[in-house]
Amino acid sequence: MSKMNIDKKIVDDLVANDISFVTTVPCKQLAGVIEEVEKRDEVFHIPANKEDEGMGLCAGAWMGGKRPAIIMQNTAIGVTINTLATLIQYYRMPLPMLISYRGELREPVACQVEMALHTKALLAQLNIPTYHFHKRSDVEEFGMILKHTFMCNKPVAILTDANFWGGYGEQ
Amino acid sequence: MIRSEILSEIAPLLRDQLVVCNIGIPSQELHVIDDQPSNFYMLGTMGLASSIGLGLALAQPKPVVVIDGDGSVLTNLGTLPTIGNNAPPNYILMIIDNGSYGSTGDQPTYTGKKTCLAGMARAAGCDRVVEVQDVDTDAALKQALEAGKATVLVVKCDSGNAKMPVIPLDPVVIRDRFMKAVQA
Repeated sequence: MSKMNIDKKIVDDLVANDISFVTTVPCKQLAGVIEEVEKRDEVFHIPANKEDEGMGLCAGAWMGGKRPAIIMQNTAIGVTINTLATLIQYYRMPLPMLISYRGELREPVACQVEMALHTKALLAQLNIPTYHFHKRSDVEEFGMILKHTFMCNKPVAILTDANFWGGYGEQ
Repeated sequence: MIRSEILSEIAPLLRDQLVVCNIGIPSQELHVIDDQPSNFYMLGTMGLASSIGLGLALAQPKPVVVIDGDGSVLTNLGTLPTIGNNAPPNYILMIIDNGSYGSTGDQPTYTGKKTCLAGMARAAGCDRVVEVQDVDTDAALKQALEAGKATVLVVKCDSGNAKMPVIPLDPVVIRDRFMKAVQA
């Protein structure tokens, strides 16, 4: 599957699962997905300035009757731990988090490895169901993961690394 | 006036609205003054009341009143550009600005010094920004509800807290009854 088709497949799955409210803090790896989200009439796209703010928007949208999702980088796990614990988990809200997993194989920026080292440990500590997309074919599970998220009313992390995207900046 | 006196005065107006109330003593005060299923009490997560309310206002058509504080807005200043560029007409952000972190012992915030939240909201792109003194809150909120435009209402008042018990409700109960009030 080409990079462009992955972007489209991901947003198709969001729409097919009735997700109509998406907030984003950008990452280069997710630029194509964000562009695709912006294009779709079925999805309201609201860029956030920080990921905890974005999770607040998603919490409100969900209580208002819309299914939300957040698109962000794994560095944001460091920003959002309190929000995940005291808002999303404490009030038992569903939140799919499509995450650019910087600092993994084919990463060119050394500093990104520092938060990559903590990402899965932090998610495990928070008991957040976590899926890691490393090969292109892993995207086939995305729709199932979304269904799982809204079945169990939990935040769920989908980590997508550089190899999955075809190498950081190599596309 | 202190915040609890303002909340007591506007309680009849708030009763018929969806209200997202800030963490700490503000939620405890509102809970004691006039508990309603249409009140969403924040029990944690300082700073996100304005964001939760914005998501709610964008997702459904009923009016949403956010009761926020100066300290909480200062901790999530990125919210103001997001509000300025996206807030729908059913969104009212009421910032009770008493120039202090009330829930933690009334330490001063910068809004009691040189910082002006109304000016920051305008610079962030919010079109209808109103600043009033505590005694004019009821009239200003009424006008905001009738304005049919997104409003940031900054209420300048005295610092101080009423002595209140913590909210005994389970968060899932607060959330569930609130969602039923949204759908009603």
